[in-house]
Amino acid sequence: MSAQHSLSRVARAVAAKDLRIELRSRVVINQVFPFAGLVMVMFAFALDNDDVLTRVAGGLVWLATLFSLIIIIQRSFAVDTADGALEAQRVAGLDPAGIFVGKALAVMVQLVTLEIMLFVAAVVLYRVQLNADGTVLLVTCVLSATAGLSFVGTLYGGLTAGSRGRETLLPLLMLPVVAPVLIGATRATESAFTSGGAAVSDGWPWVGVLVVFAAVFGLGGILSFGSLIEE
Amino acid sequence: MSSVVDFRDAVVVFNGFPALAEASIEVERGEIVLLQGPNGAGKTTLLRACAGLLPIVRGEASVLGVDLCVDRQSVRQRVGLLGHANGLFADLTISENVLFWAQMVGASEGEVASTLHRFGIDGRLAEQKVMHLSAGQKRRCALACLVVRRAELWLLDEPHAGLDAAARDEIDAIIREASSAGATVLIASHELERSRGLATRSVSVIAGRVVS
Amino acid sequence: MEAQTFNARVATPTTRLVGAMSLVSMAWVVIGGLIVTPKDVNQGDAVRIMYVHVPTAWVAYLAFIVTAVASACWLLSRKHSMGFDRVAGASAEVGVIFMAMTLLSGSLWGRITWGTFWAWDPRLTTTAFLLVTYIGYLAVRGLGGSLEQRARRSAVIALLAVLEIPLVHFSVLMWRSLHQKASVLSGDGDIKMDGSMLTTLLIGVIGFTMTFAWLVLHRQRVLAMQDAMQMTQLDAALRERANESATESTDRVEGLK
Repeated sequence: MSAQHSLSRVARAVAAKDLRIELRSRVVINQVFPFAGLVMVMFAFALDNDDVLTRVAGGLVWLATLFSLIIIIQRSFAVDTADGALEAQRVAGLDPAGIFVGKALAVMVQLVTLEIMLFVAAVVLYRVQLNADGTVLLVTCVLSATAGLSFVGTLYGGLTAGSRGRETLLPLLMLPVVAPVLIGATRATESAFTSGGAAVSDGWPWVGVLVVFAAVFGLGGILSFGSLIEE
Repeated sequence: MSSVVDFRDAVVVFNGFPALAEASIEVERGEIVLLQGPNGAGKTTLLRACAGLLPIVRGEASVLGVDLCVDRQSVRQRVGLLGHANGLFADLTISENVLFWAQMVGASEGEVASTLHRFGIDGRLAEQKVMHLSAGQKRRCALACLVVRRAELWLLDEPHAGLDAAARDEIDAIIREASSAGATVLIASHELERSRGLATRSVSVIAGRVVS
Repeated sequence: MEAQTFNARVATPTTRLVGAMSLVSMAWVVIGGLIVTPKDVNQGDAVRIMYVHVPTAWVAYLAFIVTAVASACWLLSRKHSMGFDRVAGASAEVGVIFMAMTLLSGSLWGRITWGTFWAWDPRLTTTAFLLVTYIGYLAVRGLGGSLEQRARRSAVIALLAVLEIPLVHFSVLMWRSLHQKASVLSGDGDIKMDGSMLTTLLIGVIGFTMTFAWLVLHRQRVLAMQDAMQMTQLDAALRERANESATESTDRVEGLK
């Protein structure tokens, strides 16, 4: 019986379920994407200096991503807590590690899509430039950073899902933890855009940090998600 | 010696309040046991405790041979709980919901189809999204999800609530079928007349204790 | 588990000893730090903040380590004895205070010596992150639920913090090295420590550590008493429910007649 509830089976089913729900309800596409775009515009209002915007574009994209991540995570778990479905998955003895991986995968897909949109917006609104080397760096950076963010978000999202007074805890727990991702992804992105005199090659050590981060929290999440969603 | 459920003076606490206050109950395989009692007596708590959801603070409790004081997790795959909430995904259709659970146990599409059929959920209804269903239809869907998991112990909390007479009959038939196939069923219900006909035995839950 | 009775006087030989040691060391530090030790050649009297700042920083990190180790012990122990969980919680509560004191004293010191209240120095930044992480940990402890569940959640969060803090520190270190500045702002970079200053500093570290231990011992004892009280209340609640059940059964029987 337990082999049938195996991690990969559960993960695939949960990821497919989450993505199917998003495709059908389009909450993230209709609400979070415009929100992120709006944040990018508001940065321009607040900073009011074209050169500065081009220079800090990397940081702004990742800030907008982090703010959107909070909403995406809350939505991801709202789907499950609305009718007691997360509890039902727990009660049915589904491997929590599988639920963790599945939900993180679904979040990752949504987040990468969002980031592509944000980078396009950065090119348009903040006038950054990108060449071939930079693109390779950027893609690697995006993938590793998004993996780390998805793992951390899903982990703390599971802990804070559900009762009132818990959901508001999510930003407080999550944002300090993702600081290394913010620092690393921003530096790597700036290198990819060669802003402020940074060379593309400077970005690779930062990608290393992002990969380590993703590995640590991927493993940490698999081990501890079950304990955190338990009552 | 294989009682499916064996609680001895079990205590379950919520914020200092003993929802189960030294409750004792023993259920053998294949029984259909009705839990009666006033609201707030602890029927729901007892069912949830049997599902391994709640920590047992005092006393002993074992389900399907597993000591809940030691390990609450491993018994869950063999137990099915239908609680107050339905555990459904509102944006998915009935068949997608049932399929999700079927995938976990490796049930075939044919099994899913026959389960839906037994519940009177035909082709068109099965493709309706859950958010468009009536309360009774949602309840039937939730029970279908439980059935497809082939649990050994069924814990049903007010399974008849919100259903019309025909639907209730269908559910009763499914419960009897499961019981004769070897499953054990605990039902908490206010529907005394109907449930008495269904159950092999009934007990009362009063103020957190079980009284036969 | 029966209810335990507790003495109204909460001191034990251990806490008396620890308390006495901490009082003595703290007195030494106060006198030594403020009066006996000399001014620094460069910083003047400002250097005296060091006798507070360095020990509190040390204790703050010690508290973090204690919380992490106690959490690991809880998770690994078979019986999950609640003593570990209480020590973890008590240590975090005291640690937050020392962490805040570290940042405050460091900030004041910085204002006097470098002219700014804050600088993006790796150590300072990591310390600030540690403070926020502590606050998050305490918030998770306040989420409620059964004692066992609270202990499990907090232990997991504490160990995740152990993973996260080095990552944060390393990233900030790499980040600030990009801005290599002459103002590598460690206050003790340009202090020449003579014998009496070093001694006072060491006594200070010992004194603050003793104070930390004393606070944690008492705090975890209070937590133990709180938990024991819950048990006593549970006994009373069980008796009450038993009566309730008896009267209800009688009512039902009579109602059926």
